[in-house]
Amino acid sequence: MKRTRLYHALLLIIAISLVIAGCGNNGGNSPAAPVSTNGETTAAAGGGEDSDEIKVGILHSLSGTMAISEVSVHDAELMAIEEINAAGGVLGKQLVPVIEDGASDWPTFAEKARKLISEDQVATVFGGWTSSSRKAMLPVFEELNGLLWYPVQYEGLEASPNIFYTGATTNQQIVPAVSWLLENRGKKFYLLGSDYVFPRTANQIIKEQLKAEGGEMVGEEYTPLGHTDYSTIIAKIQAAQPEVIFNTLNGDSNVAFFKQLKDAGITAQDITTLSVSVAEEEIRGIGVDVLEGHLAAWNYYQTTDTEANKTFVANYKAAYGDERVTADPIEAGYIAVYLWAAAVEKAGTTDVDAVKEAAKGLEFDGPGGKVTIDGDNQHIYKTVRIGEVQADGQFKELWATSEPVKPDPYLTGYEWAASLNSGN
Amino acid sequence: MQLRTLTPQRIYILIGYAVASAALFSAPLFMSDFRLNLLAKFLAFAIVALGLDLIWGYTGILSLGHGVFFGLGAYAMAMYLKLEASGDRLPDFMGWSGLTQLPWFWKPFESFAFAAAMGIALPAVLALVLGYFTFRNRIRGVYFTILTQALVIITVTLFIGQQAFTGGTNGLTGFSSVLGVPLSSPDTKRMLYWITVIALLGAFVLCRYLVKSRFGKVLRAIRDGENRARFIGYNPAVYQMLVFSISAGLAGLAGMLFVLHVGIISPFMMAIVPSIEMVLWVAIGGRGTLIGAALGAILLNYAKSEFSTSYPDAWLFFLGALFVIVVVFLPKGAVGLFGRLKFPKRKGQKHEQVSHSAV
Amino acid sequence: MLPFLKSWKVLCLFDRKAYTQQVHKRGEFMELIIGQLFNGMSVSSILLLIALGLAITFGLMNVINMAHGELIMIGAYSTYLTQNLFIDYLPSSMFNWYFVLAIPASFLIAFAIGLILEFSLIRFLYGRPLDSLLATWGVALMLQQLARTIFGAPNVGVKSPTWLDGGWMLMQGVVLPYKRLFIIGLVIVTLFAMYLYIYRSHAGRRMRAVMQNREMAACLGISTRRVDATTFAIGSGIAGIAGCALTLMGPIGPALGTYYIVDAFMVVVLGGVGKLVGTIIGALGIGLTNTLFEFWTTASLGKVLVFLCIVAFLQWKPKGLVAMRTRSLD
Repeated sequence: MKRTRLYHALLLIIAISLVIAGCGNNGGNSPAAPVSTNGETTAAAGGGEDSDEIKVGILHSLSGTMAISEVSVHDAELMAIEEINAAGGVLGKQLVPVIEDGASDWPTFAEKARKLISEDQVATVFGGWTSSSRKAMLPVFEELNGLLWYPVQYEGLEASPNIFYTGATTNQQIVPAVSWLLENRGKKFYLLGSDYVFPRTANQIIKEQLKAEGGEMVGEEYTPLGHTDYSTIIAKIQAAQPEVIFNTLNGDSNVAFFKQLKDAGITAQDITTLSVSVAEEEIRGIGVDVLEGHLAAWNYYQTTDTEANKTFVANYKAAYGDERVTADPIEAGYIAVYLWAAAVEKAGTTDVDAVKEAAKGLEFDGPGGKVTIDGDNQHIYKTVRIGEVQADGQFKELWATSEPVKPDPYLTGYEWAASLNSGN
Repeated sequence: MQLRTLTPQRIYILIGYAVASAALFSAPLFMSDFRLNLLAKFLAFAIVALGLDLIWGYTGILSLGHGVFFGLGAYAMAMYLKLEASGDRLPDFMGWSGLTQLPWFWKPFESFAFAAAMGIALPAVLALVLGYFTFRNRIRGVYFTILTQALVIITVTLFIGQQAFTGGTNGLTGFSSVLGVPLSSPDTKRMLYWITVIALLGAFVLCRYLVKSRFGKVLRAIRDGENRARFIGYNPAVYQMLVFSISAGLAGLAGMLFVLHVGIISPFMMAIVPSIEMVLWVAIGGRGTLIGAALGAILLNYAKSEFSTSYPDAWLFFLGALFVIVVVFLPKGAVGLFGRLKFPKRKGQKHEQVSHSAV
Repeated sequence: MLPFLKSWKVLCLFDRKAYTQQVHKRGEFMELIIGQLFNGMSVSSILLLIALGLAITFGLMNVINMAHGELIMIGAYSTYLTQNLFIDYLPSSMFNWYFVLAIPASFLIAFAIGLILEFSLIRFLYGRPLDSLLATWGVALMLQQLARTIFGAPNVGVKSPTWLDGGWMLMQGVVLPYKRLFIIGLVIVTLFAMYLYIYRSHAGRRMRAVMQNREMAACLGISTRRVDATTFAIGSGIAGIAGCALTLMGPIGPALGTYYIVDAFMVVVLGGVGKLVGTIIGALGIGLTNTLFEFWTTASLGKVLVFLCIVAFLQWKPKGLVAMRTRSLD
């Protein structure tokens, strides 16, 4: 037995020196990743001024529960990078994506963000989906002065100097949707969401808005993430008799909810459901037959009628397969890459502060129409669209704002929202 | 082991430990900040692995609920950090969840000492209470394991659901300083790293002492035949309770260090998946040897981090295959493999077969 | 912990009051009771279906199969494949009948994968239940990633056959969806088939013999290897059927199994390992209390309360509701 312990000690030394050596040489080469990660700590952001390529990070969940949604955004961002490279790159340099897996785990997002900035020296990072992953990365980007482009609609109440938000904030999605529903569909709202931060905050806002604009909340319910049986919730909805269900359920729960809603005999004609997390991608997984006639609020649909969108959809299908569909977050991820590239061209450098300065007021004709970066809060002006699910799995636009809406993450332009900001 | 004579082998072992500790202490000299941060996190995980090894490797109790104890420790520290970062104002998430004043149980966490004490005491006491009922009722083996899974579900659902008090799914993040020192400065990070190394060495020495003592012998007796130990006159429940509580305390300590290094704790860190992963660190390193458990945690996390960087699409295949191969073919883990090169006799798995026949 | 407790109480009282008031006002109390009772039965039937396979692999063979959820996922994807085959190769008038074929197809595919799994892995793990937990966890990771590689990360859609659309109007305000009735029927049929196999067939008798006393059975000339393999494969096949049925109610994606695995274990453990009756009672217990709590409080609190009840219950009856009596001691 003594001998074994000797081996343990030997093994200990070998292992520790291995780890330290492994850690010490900063990663080593990674055959499958598009670049080998060699990080001289002195190099300037993005591979140095004199190198002929610029590294950009892509950080989405490629595994775990969030992979369902994030993989497509990751694909769209890669496509944008390829398009830019084919057109000559940025500042005459080719973009090289460094891909990391956030694994649907918030500390992993923080760790990988730190790696991308301090180790790979990327010029910027495109990534995140859940608010939680953004909140986890935020301190890292602020500490290391990195740059994050976050492509998903979210609950607002945030404006980090190191993040650009290319998805909608609340006044570009939820608030106009509630007003529209009050005018067109009914006053009695039932709020249903997954039990996490976005639905709870969104519903907090909706409740204030309903009070101010003459609506009535007849019920509010949150289900745990991954909840799959909605029979009881549907019974509660039936008892409450709402005219509108405002649905902030996330991911898989939507599938179970809509399938079971239809089985309970409730159609879109009986109670209108408006969802803010159901896009073209999700429709395929839920099934058109159960979703037809229900509503969604987004800034972009695959059917949005712009020239840029026709090319975008065609390219996306050509790159990833004819059966794939585009959706709002996919478009937001796509334009994020173009907006960043435009800002870099304007600034003439990839330096974070210069790019931020150059991005102010920058305009871009994206697939979803013209977008403009708001210099104050680094969100973008977006057109709000309400769509109805059609039999072919696409949306028909029922209503849209006449021009892009100015982002207002703290809802300072709405009197009824004053109490929401008391904590800040 | 009663007489500690200095045989040449013992000297080599001591030298081995000394070199390893020296290497750990001097790591900041030749590692980048990012890598150091990563290593510090792994060392914190190694502390959990030591605790798990105490109850699984030495006592034969498999807990799939250590994520909870880890998380409780982490939350205790995170509450302090959050309050420090918020200054006089309410923590941000409370504001947007509709709270107007600080809940009473958050108030004491303004003190670092209280938070640090709670980080160890909370998990230890919870484990003691749970252990008191469970072990007294002679729930063991698979039943205990599944019971701990229920504990995980309860805690995670509660923490997610009580967003106003816990930060919900986001967890707690956005810290700035600890005891007035900014967390982001390299000096603080180095200091925290050294604290982690000391904590790990301390935990190792503690576990080693426990294992070598009479207490440890009783633990192994319980593992190999709980009823026999009972018939000789020991009360296994008391020992199981105690060791479960110590193990939970160590997990809590690791959780606190984790938060200091990573800057975020979310309810998902307590969920089933991380809890099972913690057990796998021990399984892969080698259960029943302290050094194996600690190394398993460090190496496996290192491998995970590297795999996921190099093969973002396929790393789960490697990881899954590694688990399968080690558990099936190397029940004593990597350390067992190393020891077996010279000693091919097989002695493993006996205790599990025995306890199984009772089911 | 106190604020949590307080909020529970408040929520319970508030919600119950609000709902009963509302309900009494409209005179729909009976309907709600009947509706919720049916929902409870339906939830129980789904729980039972996902737990039945586990009751065999875990209950009879003592293999803690963490990949059970992934076998359910395989069943669901098999249904998806069957559906696509019908769309691609058969006239659309036949489409509605794909589901009839999907059930045996899911069973067979999951059965085959179970067989492969048993042969390549599980047979090394008999008698090491806790090790089997960890190894099958690794298998679960790989199967999930495999599904992601083959079918893509997003959910896939399965269109349920039209003859399962709609529901049976029991009385004014109470509609029992055909799909839920169908699942209840499917569970009963599966249970009956399992009963026939285990208790009324030669193969089942051999199986019980091996599970009760392996050495003795081997001495009597039973090929324990073959019995082990078939038993495990049958457990897997039933998981496949569960996956097929779940396509009617929920999402079909790579992570599908993770939503059900813990619930399945709770059902088996609560019921008592090794007895089918126990599993049935366990499923009914969890399903009904879950629906009740969820209705009174919220979905999250309901879940917490159900699991607290399970923990408390196991303190009282550590071996589950229906325990196998044994004189053996370690």
